[in-house]
Amino acid sequence: MSKTPDPNRIVRVASGQGFWGDWLDAPRRQVEGGPVDYLMLDYLAEVTMSILQKQKERDPAMGYARDFIGAMESVLPAVVDRGVKVIANAGGVNPVSCARAVLEVARKAGATGKLKIGVVTGDDLLPRIDALIGAGHSLTHMDTGAPLSTVRDRVLSANAYIGSAPIVEALAKGANVVITGRSTDTALTMAPLRHEFGWGAADWDKLAAGIIAGHIIECGAQCSGGNCLHDWRNIPDLANIGYPIVEARADGTFVIVKHPGTGGRISVPSVTEQCVYEMGDPNSYITPDVVADFTTIHLADDGPDRVRVHGIKGRPATDKLKVSIAYRAGFKAVGTLVYSWPDAMDKARLADRVLRERLDRMGLRFDQSLTEFVGVSSTHGPLSVASGEAQEVQLRVGVRADDRQMVERFTREIAPLVLNGPPSVTGFAGGRPKVEEIVAYWPALVDKTVVQTSVEVLS
Amino acid sequence: MKVRLVDIAHARSGDKGDTANVGVIALQPNWYPLIDAHLTRDRVRAHFAGVITGDVERYALPNLKALNFLLHGALDGGGTLSLKMDAQGKVFSTAMLRMVLDVPDDEARILELPPAPA
Repeated sequence: MSKTPDPNRIVRVASGQGFWGDWLDAPRRQVEGGPVDYLMLDYLAEVTMSILQKQKERDPAMGYARDFIGAMESVLPAVVDRGVKVIANAGGVNPVSCARAVLEVARKAGATGKLKIGVVTGDDLLPRIDALIGAGHSLTHMDTGAPLSTVRDRVLSANAYIGSAPIVEALAKGANVVITGRSTDTALTMAPLRHEFGWGAADWDKLAAGIIAGHIIECGAQCSGGNCLHDWRNIPDLANIGYPIVEARADGTFVIVKHPGTGGRISVPSVTEQCVYEMGDPNSYITPDVVADFTTIHLADDGPDRVRVHGIKGRPATDKLKVSIAYRAGFKAVGTLVYSWPDAMDKARLADRVLRERLDRMGLRFDQSLTEFVGVSSTHGPLSVASGEAQEVQLRVGVRADDRQMVERFTREIAPLVLNGPPSVTGFAGGRPKVEEIVAYWPALVDKTVVQTSVEVLS
Repeated sequence: MKVRLVDIAHARSGDKGDTANVGVIALQPNWYPLIDAHLTRDRVRAHFAGVITGDVERYALPNLKALNFLLHGALDGGGTLSLKMDAQGKVFSTAMLRMVLDVPDDEARILELPPAPA
Protein backbone atom coordinates (compact mmCIF):
# COMPACT_ATOMS: atom_id res chain seq x y z
CA MET A 1 0.00 0.00 0.00
CA SER A 2 1.45 3.35 -0.89
CA LYS A 3 -0.78 5.96 0.64
CA THR A 4 0.35 9.46 1.47
CA PRO A 5 0.01 9.51 5.23
CA ASP A 6 -2.25 12.29 6.41
CA PRO A 7 -0.99 13.03 9.94
CA ASN A 8 -4.45 14.11 11.07
CA ARG A 9 -6.35 11.13 9.78
CA ILE A 10 -7.78 8.97 12.55
CA VAL A 11 -8.67 5.30 12.31
CA ARG A 12 -10.87 3.89 15.05
CA VAL A 13 -10.62 0.27 16.14
CA ALA A 14 -13.19 -0.77 18.74
CA SER A 15 -12.88 -3.75 21.05
CA GLY A 16 -16.14 -5.65 21.31
CA GLN A 17 -15.17 -8.89 23.00
CA GLY A 18 -12.32 -9.70 25.37
CA PHE A 19 -12.82 -13.45 25.53
CA TRP A 20 -15.34 -16.11 24.56
CA GLY A 21 -18.01 -15.54 27.17
CA ASP A 22 -17.74 -11.75 27.29
CA TRP A 23 -20.74 -9.39 27.28
CA LEU A 24 -22.98 -10.33 24.35
CA ASP A 25 -24.25 -6.78 23.96
CA ALA A 26 -20.80 -5.18 23.68
CA PRO A 27 -20.26 -5.56 19.89
CA ARG A 28 -23.58 -3.91 19.07
CA ARG A 29 -22.98 -1.11 21.59
CA GLN A 30 -19.59 -0.46 20.01
CA VAL A 31 -20.93 -0.01 16.47
CA GLU A 32 -24.01 1.97 17.54
CA GLY A 33 -22.54 4.23 20.22
CA GLY A 34 -20.45 6.45 17.96
CA PRO A 35 -18.05 6.38 15.03
CA VAL A 36 -15.84 3.31 14.59
CA ASP A 37 -14.05 1.98 11.51
CA TYR A 38 -13.21 -1.51 12.73
CA LEU A 39 -14.73 -3.82 15.30
CA MET A 40 -12.19 -6.21 16.83
CA LEU A 41 -13.44 -9.35 18.55
CA ASP A 42 -11.10 -11.66 20.48
CA TYR A 43 -12.52 -15.08 21.29
CA LEU A 44 -9.54 -17.34 21.89
CA ALA A 45 -7.87 -18.19 25.17
CA GLU A 46 -5.06 -20.66 25.59
CA VAL A 47 -7.08 -23.86 25.62
CA THR A 48 -10.08 -22.67 23.58
CA MET A 49 -8.67 -24.28 20.44
CA SER A 50 -8.82 -27.75 22.01
CA ILE A 51 -12.46 -27.30 23.02
CA LEU A 52 -13.23 -26.27 19.46
CA GLN A 53 -11.22 -29.22 18.13
CA LYS A 54 -13.37 -31.60 20.20
CA GLN A 55 -16.52 -29.96 18.82
CA LYS A 56 -15.23 -30.35 15.29
CA GLU A 57 -14.53 -34.04 15.88
CA ARG A 58 -18.18 -34.51 16.84
CA ASP A 59 -19.48 -32.37 13.97
CA PRO A 60 -17.19 -31.40 11.06
CA ALA A 61 -19.18 -28.18 10.52
CA MET A 62 -18.37 -26.97 14.06
CA GLY A 63 -15.15 -25.86 15.70
CA TYR A 64 -15.54 -22.08 15.78
CA ALA A 65 -16.77 -19.57 18.38
CA ARG A 66 -20.56 -19.73 18.08
CA ASP A 67 -21.03 -16.45 19.96
CA PHE A 68 -19.54 -14.70 16.93
CA ILE A 69 -22.55 -15.61 14.80
CA GLY A 70 -24.86 -13.79 17.22
CA ALA A 71 -22.45 -10.87 17.33
CA MET A 72 -22.49 -10.66 13.53
CA GLU A 73 -26.30 -10.65 13.55
CA SER A 74 -26.27 -7.72 15.93
CA VAL A 75 -23.70 -5.65 13.99
CA LEU A 76 -24.73 -6.60 10.45
CA PRO A 77 -26.54 -3.31 9.73
CA ALA A 78 -23.45 -1.32 10.70
CA VAL A 79 -21.25 -3.49 8.46
CA VAL A 80 -23.61 -3.42 5.49
CA ASP A 81 -24.90 0.17 5.69
CA ARG A 82 -22.06 2.09 7.33
CA GLY A 83 -18.98 0.22 6.23
CA VAL A 84 -17.75 -0.90 9.65
CA LYS A 85 -15.32 -3.77 9.18
CA VAL A 86 -15.08 -6.71 11.55
CA ILE A 87 -11.93 -8.61 12.48
CA ALA A 88 -12.24 -11.68 14.69
CA ASN A 89 -10.26 -14.77 15.61
CA ALA A 90 -13.59 -16.56 15.97
CA GLY A 91 -12.70 -19.10 13.31
CA GLY A 92 -11.07 -21.39 15.83
CA VAL A 93 -10.16 -24.67 14.12
CA ASN A 94 -12.73 -24.16 11.38
CA PRO A 95 -12.63 -20.62 9.95
CA VAL A 96 -14.25 -21.68 6.66
CA SER A 97 -17.35 -23.09 8.39
CA CYS A 98 -17.46 -19.99 10.55
CA ALA A 99 -17.46 -17.81 7.42
CA ARG A 100 -20.25 -19.89 5.88
CA ALA A 101 -22.36 -19.45 9.02
CA VAL A 102 -21.82 -15.69 8.82
CA LEU A 103 -22.80 -15.66 5.13
CA GLU A 104 -25.97 -17.48 6.15
CA VAL A 105 -26.70 -14.71 8.67
CA ALA A 106 -26.36 -12.17 5.85
CA ARG A 107 -28.59 -14.20 3.55
CA LYS A 108 -31.36 -14.42 6.17
CA ALA A 109 -31.12 -10.66 6.69
CA GLY A 110 -31.50 -10.02 2.96
CA ALA A 111 -27.89 -8.86 2.67
CA THR A 112 -26.63 -11.53 0.30
CA GLY A 113 -23.59 -10.25 -1.56
CA LYS A 114 -22.95 -7.47 0.94
CA LEU A 115 -20.27 -9.32 2.85
CA LYS A 116 -16.83 -10.14 1.61
CA ILE A 117 -15.33 -12.46 4.19
CA GLY A 118 -11.58 -12.89 4.30
CA VAL A 119 -10.78 -16.31 5.75
CA VAL A 120 -7.27 -16.81 7.11
CA THR A 121 -5.99 -20.39 7.35
CA GLY A 122 -2.66 -22.08 7.80
CA ASP A 123 -2.30 -21.85 11.57
CA ASP A 124 -3.54 -25.40 12.14
CA LEU A 125 -0.52 -27.67 12.58
CA LEU A 126 -2.35 -30.72 13.96
CA PRO A 127 -2.29 -32.70 10.69
CA ARG A 128 1.42 -31.92 10.33
CA ILE A 129 2.68 -32.71 13.83
CA ASP A 130 4.35 -36.02 13.05
CA ALA A 131 5.95 -34.61 9.92
CA LEU A 132 7.26 -31.65 11.93
CA ILE A 133 8.66 -33.86 14.70
CA GLY A 134 10.15 -36.13 12.03
CA ALA A 135 11.83 -33.14 10.40
CA GLY A 136 13.51 -32.24 13.67
CA HIS A 137 11.05 -29.69 15.09
CA SER A 138 10.82 -31.09 18.61
CA LEU A 139 8.14 -28.58 19.74
CA THR A 140 9.77 -28.50 23.15
CA HIS A 141 7.65 -27.15 26.02
CA MET A 142 8.75 -23.53 26.49
CA ASP A 143 8.70 -23.74 30.29
CA THR A 144 9.68 -27.33 31.11
CA GLY A 145 11.92 -28.13 28.13
CA ALA A 146 10.23 -31.49 27.54
CA PRO A 147 9.89 -32.59 23.90
CA LEU A 148 6.36 -32.93 22.54
CA SER A 149 6.97 -36.62 21.81
CA THR A 150 6.36 -37.28 25.55
CA VAL A 151 2.65 -36.43 25.13
CA ARG A 152 2.31 -36.94 21.37
CA ASP A 153 -0.48 -39.54 21.60
CA ARG A 154 -2.56 -37.20 23.76
CA VAL A 155 -2.35 -34.08 21.58
CA LEU A 156 -5.75 -32.61 20.69
CA SER A 157 -4.85 -29.45 18.83
CA ALA A 158 -1.79 -27.55 17.66
CA ASN A 159 -1.97 -24.05 16.22
CA ALA A 160 0.70 -21.52 15.38
CA TYR A 161 0.02 -18.00 16.59
CA ILE A 162 0.01 -16.04 13.37
CA GLY A 163 0.56 -12.33 12.94
CA SER A 164 -0.95 -9.41 11.08
CA ALA A 165 0.20 -10.18 7.51
CA PRO A 166 -2.68 -12.42 6.36
CA ILE A 167 -5.25 -10.08 7.93
CA VAL A 168 -3.70 -7.13 6.08
CA GLU A 169 -3.81 -9.23 2.92
CA ALA A 170 -7.51 -9.99 3.42
CA LEU A 171 -8.30 -6.29 3.94
CA ALA A 172 -6.29 -5.40 0.81
CA LYS A 173 -8.44 -7.88 -1.09
CA GLY A 174 -11.49 -5.92 -0.05
CA ALA A 175 -12.79 -8.04 2.82
CA ASN A 176 -15.19 -6.29 5.18
CA VAL A 177 -15.12 -9.21 7.61
CA VAL A 178 -11.92 -11.07 8.42
CA ILE A 179 -12.09 -14.39 10.25
CA THR A 180 -8.95 -16.06 11.50
CA GLY A 181 -8.04 -19.09 13.53
CA ARG A 182 -5.23 -18.74 16.06
CA SER A 183 -4.12 -15.18 15.31
CA THR A 184 -2.44 -13.36 18.13
CA ASP A 185 -4.98 -11.23 19.97
CA THR A 186 -2.90 -8.13 19.31
CA ALA A 187 -2.67 -8.68 15.53
CA LEU A 188 -6.45 -8.22 15.30
CA THR A 189 -5.96 -4.56 16.23
CA MET A 190 -2.59 -3.92 14.62
CA ALA A 191 -3.50 -5.36 11.19
CA PRO A 192 -6.20 -2.80 10.30
CA LEU A 193 -3.88 0.06 11.33
CA ARG A 194 -1.11 -1.39 9.20
CA HIS A 195 -3.56 -1.69 6.31
CA GLU A 196 -4.99 1.82 6.68
CA PHE A 197 -1.69 3.64 7.22
CA GLY A 198 0.41 1.53 4.89
CA TRP A 199 2.95 0.67 7.60
CA GLY A 200 5.75 -1.50 6.25
CA ALA A 201 6.78 -4.90 7.58
CA ALA A 202 9.91 -3.26 9.05
CA ASP A 203 8.30 -0.14 10.56
CA TRP A 204 9.17 -1.61 13.95
CA ASP A 205 8.11 1.33 16.12
CA LYS A 206 4.74 1.68 14.41
CA LEU A 207 4.09 -2.05 14.40
CA ALA A 208 4.99 -2.14 18.12
CA ALA A 209 2.57 0.73 18.72
CA GLY A 210 -0.17 -1.21 16.94
CA ILE A 211 0.61 -4.29 19.04
CA ILE A 212 0.47 -2.31 22.28
CA ALA A 213 -2.80 -0.69 21.18
CA GLY A 214 -4.03 -4.25 20.69
CA HIS A 215 -2.76 -5.35 24.10
CA ILE A 216 -4.55 -2.45 25.78
CA ILE A 217 -7.95 -3.18 24.22
CA GLU A 218 -7.80 -6.97 23.74
CA CYS A 219 -9.39 -7.67 27.13
CA GLY A 220 -12.35 -5.45 26.38
CA ALA A 221 -13.53 -3.38 29.33
CA GLN A 222 -10.56 -4.39 31.48
CA CYS A 223 -8.89 -1.12 30.40
CA SER A 224 -11.98 1.07 30.65
CA GLY A 225 -12.92 0.59 34.29
CA GLY A 226 -13.70 -3.13 34.49
CA ASN A 227 -11.72 -5.14 37.05
CA CYS A 228 -9.98 -1.88 37.88
CA LEU A 229 -8.58 -1.74 41.40
CA HIS A 230 -7.62 1.92 41.22
CA ASP A 231 -10.36 4.02 42.85
CA TRP A 232 -12.87 1.26 42.10
CA ARG A 233 -15.62 2.64 44.33
CA ASN A 234 -15.84 5.80 42.28
CA ILE A 235 -15.80 4.35 38.77
CA PRO A 236 -19.14 5.53 37.38
CA ASP A 237 -21.97 3.47 35.94
CA LEU A 238 -20.32 0.06 35.54
CA ALA A 239 -23.70 -1.32 34.45
CA ASN A 240 -23.42 0.76 31.31
CA ILE A 241 -19.66 0.33 30.84
CA GLY A 242 -18.15 1.52 27.59
CA TYR A 243 -15.69 -0.80 25.87
CA PRO A 244 -12.42 0.74 24.65
CA ILE A 245 -11.67 2.21 21.25
CA VAL A 246 -8.25 3.01 19.79
CA GLU A 247 -8.11 6.30 17.89
CA ALA A 248 -4.92 5.79 15.90
CA ARG A 249 -2.82 8.04 13.70
CA ALA A 250 -0.33 7.20 10.97
CA ASP A 251 2.66 8.12 13.14
CA GLY A 252 1.92 5.31 15.59
CA THR A 253 0.48 7.44 18.36
CA PHE A 254 -3.01 6.70 19.57
CA VAL A 255 -5.63 7.65 22.11
CA ILE A 256 -7.70 5.15 24.11
CA VAL A 257 -11.32 6.37 24.31
CA LYS A 258 -14.86 5.08 24.75
CA HIS A 259 -18.19 6.22 23.41
CA PRO A 260 -19.84 9.28 25.01
CA GLY A 261 -22.55 8.54 27.52
CA THR A 262 -21.17 5.14 28.51
CA GLY A 263 -20.03 4.16 31.99
CA GLY A 264 -16.68 3.03 33.27
CA ARG A 265 -13.52 5.11 33.14
CA ILE A 266 -10.52 5.51 30.90
CA SER A 267 -7.68 7.06 32.86
CA VAL A 268 -3.91 6.73 33.09
CA PRO A 269 -4.29 4.33 36.06
CA SER A 270 -6.96 2.18 34.35
CA VAL A 271 -4.87 1.87 31.19
CA THR A 272 -1.68 1.23 33.18
CA GLU A 273 -3.37 -1.70 34.96
CA GLN A 274 -4.13 -3.24 31.58
CA CYS A 275 -0.61 -2.53 30.28
CA VAL A 276 0.88 -4.76 32.98
CA TYR A 277 -1.76 -7.49 32.66
CA GLU A 278 -0.28 -10.89 31.74
CA MET A 279 3.05 -9.19 31.22
CA GLY A 280 6.29 -11.16 31.03
CA ASP A 281 9.57 -9.36 30.32
CA PRO A 282 8.33 -5.85 29.46
CA ASN A 283 11.45 -5.11 27.40
CA SER A 284 10.61 -7.88 24.96
CA TYR A 285 6.96 -8.52 24.20
CA ILE A 286 7.48 -11.00 21.40
CA THR A 287 4.92 -11.24 18.61
CA PRO A 288 5.13 -12.69 15.09
CA ASP A 289 5.34 -9.14 13.68
CA VAL A 290 7.65 -7.28 16.03
CA VAL A 291 9.24 -7.31 19.48
CA ALA A 292 7.51 -4.50 21.37
CA ASP A 293 9.14 -2.69 24.28
CA PHE A 294 6.63 -1.91 27.04
CA THR A 295 9.21 0.18 28.88
CA THR A 296 8.84 2.80 26.14
CA ILE A 297 5.09 3.30 26.56
CA HIS A 298 4.15 6.80 27.58
CA LEU A 299 0.65 7.55 28.80
CA ALA A 300 -0.83 11.01 29.13
CA ASP A 301 -4.17 12.31 30.27
CA ASP A 302 -5.92 13.69 27.15
CA GLY A 303 -9.19 14.90 28.65
CA PRO A 304 -12.08 13.04 30.27
CA ASP A 305 -11.97 9.32 29.44
CA ARG A 306 -9.13 9.83 26.99
CA VAL A 307 -5.56 8.55 27.41
CA ARG A 308 -2.91 9.37 24.85
CA VAL A 309 -0.24 6.74 24.18
CA HIS A 310 3.05 7.61 22.49
CA GLY A 311 6.80 6.99 22.38
CA ILE A 312 6.57 3.27 21.69
CA LYS A 313 9.62 1.48 20.31
CA GLY A 314 9.88 -1.89 18.64
CA ARG A 315 12.59 -4.21 17.39
CA PRO A 316 12.74 -6.77 14.57
CA ALA A 317 10.66 -9.88 15.05
CA THR A 318 12.27 -13.22 15.81
CA ASP A 319 12.38 -16.09 13.30
CA LYS A 320 10.03 -18.23 15.43
CA LEU A 321 6.30 -18.50 15.94
CA LYS A 322 4.73 -19.63 19.18
CA VAL A 323 2.62 -22.75 18.89
CA SER A 324 -0.37 -23.39 21.12
CA ILE A 325 -0.71 -27.13 21.68
CA ALA A 326 -3.41 -28.75 23.78
CA TYR A 327 -3.20 -32.29 25.14
CA ARG A 328 -5.21 -34.59 27.38
CA ALA A 329 -3.71 -34.49 30.87
CA GLY A 330 -5.88 -36.68 33.07
CA PHE A 331 -8.93 -35.84 35.14
CA LYS A 332 -9.90 -33.61 38.00
CA ALA A 333 -12.84 -32.85 40.25
CA VAL A 334 -13.53 -30.27 42.92
CA GLY A 335 -16.02 -30.80 45.74
CA THR A 336 -17.36 -28.18 48.13
CA LEU A 337 -19.35 -28.05 51.37
CA VAL A 338 -20.27 -25.04 53.51
CA TYR A 339 -19.93 -24.98 57.33
CA SER A 340 -21.60 -22.32 59.47
CA TRP A 341 -20.97 -20.55 62.75
CA PRO A 342 -20.07 -21.43 65.46
CA ASP A 343 -16.55 -22.78 64.93
CA ALA A 344 -17.06 -22.93 61.16
CA MET A 345 -13.35 -23.20 60.42
CA ASP A 346 -12.80 -26.05 62.92
CA LYS A 347 -15.71 -27.98 61.42
CA ALA A 348 -14.40 -27.50 57.90
CA ARG A 349 -10.91 -28.64 58.96
CA LEU A 350 -12.30 -31.74 60.65
CA ALA A 351 -14.38 -32.56 57.57
CA ASP A 352 -11.23 -32.31 55.44
CA ARG A 353 -9.34 -34.67 57.79
CA VAL A 354 -12.19 -37.19 57.79
CA LEU A 355 -12.43 -37.07 54.00
CA ARG A 356 -8.69 -37.58 53.55
CA GLU A 357 -8.61 -40.48 55.99
CA ARG A 358 -11.37 -42.21 54.04
CA LEU A 359 -9.66 -41.59 50.70
CA ASP A 360 -6.42 -42.99 52.15
CA ARG A 361 -8.15 -46.09 53.48
CA MET A 362 -9.63 -46.73 50.06
CA GLY A 363 -6.11 -46.66 48.70
CA LEU A 364 -6.82 -43.75 46.37
CA ARG A 365 -3.63 -42.02 45.30
CA PHE A 366 -3.89 -38.74 43.43
CA ASP A 367 -1.24 -36.92 41.44
CA GLN A 368 -2.35 -33.81 43.25
CA SER A 369 -4.92 -32.88 45.86
CA LEU A 370 -5.64 -29.49 47.34
CA THR A 371 -7.78 -28.27 50.21
CA GLU A 372 -8.81 -24.63 50.39
CA PHE A 373 -11.03 -22.78 52.85
CA VAL A 374 -13.15 -20.29 50.94
CA GLY A 375 -13.93 -17.24 53.01
CA VAL A 376 -10.74 -17.69 55.00
CA SER A 377 -7.65 -18.31 52.90
CA SER A 378 -8.46 -19.68 49.44
CA THR A 379 -7.21 -16.66 47.53
CA HIS A 380 -4.19 -15.51 49.55
CA GLY A 381 -3.21 -18.71 51.37
CA PRO A 382 -0.80 -18.17 54.26
CA LEU A 383 -0.78 -14.41 53.62
CA SER A 384 -4.39 -14.25 54.76
CA VAL A 385 -5.08 -12.49 58.04
CA ALA A 386 -7.85 -13.75 60.32
CA SER A 387 -10.06 -10.89 61.42
CA GLY A 388 -12.64 -12.17 63.85
CA GLU A 389 -14.33 -15.54 63.72
CA ALA A 390 -15.40 -16.73 60.28
CA GLN A 391 -19.20 -16.71 60.04
CA GLU A 392 -19.11 -19.47 57.44
CA VAL A 393 -16.45 -21.39 55.58
CA GLN A 394 -16.63 -23.25 52.33
CA LEU A 395 -14.47 -26.37 52.32
CA ARG A 396 -13.15 -26.85 48.81
CA VAL A 397 -11.23 -30.03 47.97
CA GLY A 398 -9.83 -30.81 44.54
CA VAL A 399 -8.04 -33.88 43.22
CA ARG A 400 -6.26 -34.71 39.99
CA ALA A 401 -5.25 -38.10 38.56
CA ASP A 402 -4.58 -39.84 35.28
CA ASP A 403 -7.11 -42.50 36.19
CA ARG A 404 -10.69 -41.35 35.70
CA GLN A 405 -12.05 -44.03 38.08
CA MET A 406 -9.98 -42.69 40.92
CA VAL A 407 -11.34 -39.18 40.48
CA GLU A 408 -14.84 -40.60 40.05
CA ARG A 409 -14.51 -42.44 43.38
CA PHE A 410 -13.47 -39.20 45.09
CA THR A 411 -16.63 -37.43 43.92
CA ARG A 412 -18.77 -39.96 45.84
CA GLU A 413 -17.09 -39.21 49.16
CA ILE A 414 -18.21 -35.58 49.47
CA ALA A 415 -21.98 -35.85 49.96
CA PRO A 416 -21.83 -38.54 52.68
CA LEU A 417 -20.06 -36.03 54.95
CA VAL A 418 -23.34 -34.17 55.21
CA LEU A 419 -24.75 -36.94 57.41
CA ASN A 420 -21.65 -38.71 58.67
CA GLY A 421 -19.23 -35.81 59.25
CA PRO A 422 -19.06 -32.64 61.34
CA PRO A 423 -22.27 -30.63 61.96
CA SER A 424 -23.75 -27.36 60.65
CA VAL A 425 -23.09 -28.27 57.05
CA THR A 426 -24.99 -27.16 53.96
CA GLY A 427 -24.41 -26.07 50.38
CA PHE A 428 -24.37 -29.46 48.65
CA ALA A 429 -27.43 -28.96 46.47
CA GLY A 430 -25.44 -29.37 43.26
CA GLY A 431 -25.04 -33.10 43.94
CA ARG A 432 -21.83 -34.98 43.25
CA PRO A 433 -18.96 -32.97 41.79
CA LYS A 434 -18.42 -33.42 38.08
CA VAL A 435 -15.35 -35.23 36.79
CA GLU A 436 -13.65 -33.05 34.23
CA GLU A 437 -11.13 -34.17 31.63
CA ILE A 438 -8.13 -31.88 31.77
CA VAL A 439 -6.98 -30.41 28.51
CA ALA A 440 -3.65 -28.81 29.26
CA TYR A 441 -1.65 -26.19 27.41
CA TRP A 442 1.73 -26.89 25.85
CA PRO A 443 3.45 -23.76 24.52
CA ALA A 444 6.24 -24.34 22.00
CA LEU A 445 8.17 -22.52 19.30
CA VAL A 446 8.51 -23.39 15.66
CA ASP A 447 10.49 -21.89 12.78
CA LYS A 448 8.45 -19.27 10.94
CA THR A 449 9.36 -20.86 7.61
CA VAL A 450 7.26 -23.96 8.28
CA VAL A 451 3.98 -22.03 8.63
CA GLN A 452 2.34 -20.77 5.45
CA THR A 453 -0.90 -18.88 5.84
CA SER A 454 -3.40 -18.36 3.09
CA VAL A 455 -6.28 -16.00 2.56
CA GLU A 456 -9.49 -16.76 0.74
CA VAL A 457 -12.26 -14.23 0.22
CA LEU A 458 -15.81 -15.65 0.31
CA SER A 459 -18.94 -13.75 -0.57
CA MET B 1 6.94 4.41 59.99
CA LYS B 2 4.91 1.44 58.76
CA VAL B 3 3.33 2.02 55.36
CA ARG B 4 0.95 -0.44 53.73
CA LEU B 5 1.67 -1.08 50.07
CA VAL B 6 -2.09 -1.11 49.47
CA ASP B 7 -2.20 2.56 50.48
CA ILE B 8 0.50 3.68 48.04
CA ALA B 9 0.09 1.36 45.04
CA HIS B 10 -2.46 -0.44 42.93
CA ALA B 11 -1.90 -3.67 41.06
CA ARG B 12 -3.15 -6.15 38.49
CA SER B 13 -2.19 -9.78 38.07
CA GLY B 14 -2.61 -12.49 35.48
CA ASP B 15 -1.20 -15.84 34.42
CA LYS B 16 1.08 -17.44 31.91
CA GLY B 17 1.17 -21.18 32.46
CA ASP B 18 2.21 -21.89 36.05
CA THR B 19 3.52 -18.34 36.49
CA ALA B 20 1.52 -15.47 37.94
CA ASN B 21 2.55 -11.95 37.01
CA VAL B 22 1.87 -9.03 39.32
CA GLY B 23 2.18 -5.48 38.08
CA VAL B 24 2.50 -3.00 40.97
CA ILE B 25 1.78 0.63 40.10
CA ALA B 26 2.51 3.67 42.26
CA LEU B 27 -0.65 5.60 43.19
CA GLN B 28 1.35 8.81 42.87
CA PRO B 29 4.33 9.22 40.51
CA ASN B 30 6.55 10.57 43.31
CA TRP B 31 5.98 7.36 45.31
CA TYR B 32 7.46 5.19 42.57
CA PRO B 33 11.15 5.49 43.66
CA LEU B 34 10.18 4.37 47.17
CA ILE B 35 8.30 1.35 45.84
CA ASP B 36 11.18 0.60 43.48
CA ALA B 37 13.62 0.69 46.39
CA HIS B 38 11.56 -1.43 48.78
CA LEU B 39 10.12 -4.08 46.48
CA THR B 40 13.35 -5.90 45.81
CA ARG B 41 13.38 -9.38 44.38
CA ASP B 42 14.43 -10.76 47.78
CA ARG B 43 11.68 -8.90 49.61
CA VAL B 44 9.02 -10.21 47.23
CA ARG B 45 10.51 -13.72 47.37
CA ALA B 46 10.23 -13.61 51.17
CA HIS B 47 6.67 -12.24 51.01
CA PHE B 48 5.50 -15.14 48.85
CA ALA B 49 7.49 -17.85 50.69
CA GLY B 50 5.16 -20.80 51.21
CA VAL B 51 2.75 -19.44 48.60
CA ILE B 52 4.74 -20.13 45.44
CA THR B 53 7.13 -23.00 44.71
CA GLY B 54 9.42 -21.29 42.19
CA ASP B 55 11.57 -18.21 41.93
CA VAL B 56 10.69 -14.54 41.46
CA GLU B 57 11.72 -12.34 38.53
CA ARG B 58 11.52 -8.57 38.69
CA TYR B 59 11.26 -5.93 35.96
CA ALA B 60 11.00 -2.17 36.24
CA LEU B 61 8.79 0.05 34.07
CA PRO B 62 9.72 3.54 35.30
CA ASN B 63 7.75 4.99 32.37
CA LEU B 64 4.55 3.57 33.86
CA LYS B 65 5.68 4.01 37.50
CA ALA B 66 5.29 0.26 37.73
CA LEU B 67 7.17 -2.91 38.62
CA ASN B 68 6.38 -6.29 37.13
CA PHE B 69 6.99 -9.48 39.09
CA LEU B 70 6.87 -12.98 37.71
CA LEU B 71 6.01 -15.50 40.41
CA HIS B 72 6.95 -18.94 39.15
CA GLY B 73 5.22 -22.04 40.44
CA ALA B 74 2.35 -19.94 41.70
CA LEU B 75 -0.64 -21.70 40.21
CA ASP B 76 -0.51 -25.43 41.04
CA GLY B 77 0.44 -26.26 37.47
CA GLY B 78 -1.54 -23.40 35.99
CA GLY B 79 -4.49 -23.12 33.63
CA THR B 80 -6.69 -26.17 33.42
CA LEU B 81 -4.31 -28.37 35.46
CA SER B 82 -4.69 -26.23 38.54
CA LEU B 83 -6.97 -27.19 41.41
CA LYS B 84 -6.72 -23.73 42.93
CA MET B 85 -9.65 -21.37 43.34
CA ASP B 86 -7.44 -18.70 41.79
CA ALA B 87 -6.08 -20.89 39.01
CA GLN B 88 -5.39 -17.89 36.80
CA GLY B 89 -3.65 -15.78 39.40
CA LYS B 90 -6.26 -13.03 39.20
CA VAL B 91 -5.89 -11.97 42.83
CA PHE B 92 -2.17 -12.33 43.39
CA SER B 93 -2.33 -8.58 42.81
CA THR B 94 -3.96 -7.94 46.16
CA ALA B 95 -1.83 -10.60 47.86
CA MET B 96 1.19 -8.50 46.86
CA LEU B 97 -0.48 -5.37 48.26
CA ARG B 98 -0.58 -6.97 51.72
CA MET B 99 3.08 -6.06 52.06
CA VAL B 100 3.96 -3.51 54.76
CA LEU B 101 7.00 -1.28 54.25
CA ASP B 102 9.27 0.20 56.90
CA VAL B 103 9.91 3.77 55.82
CA PRO B 104 12.07 6.26 57.75
CA ASP B 105 9.81 8.89 59.35
CA ASP B 106 11.49 11.80 57.56
CA GLU B 107 11.06 10.23 54.15
CA ALA B 108 7.47 9.30 54.90
CA ARG B 109 6.72 12.88 55.92
CA ILE B 110 8.31 14.39 52.83
CA LEU B 111 6.43 12.00 50.55
CA GLU B 112 3.21 12.48 52.57
CA LEU B 113 2.73 8.73 52.83
CA PRO B 114 -0.43 7.56 54.59
CA PRO B 115 0.54 5.73 57.81
CA ALA B 116 -0.70 2.19 58.32
CA PRO B 117 -3.70 2.03 60.66
CA ALA B 118 -2.62 0.99 64.16
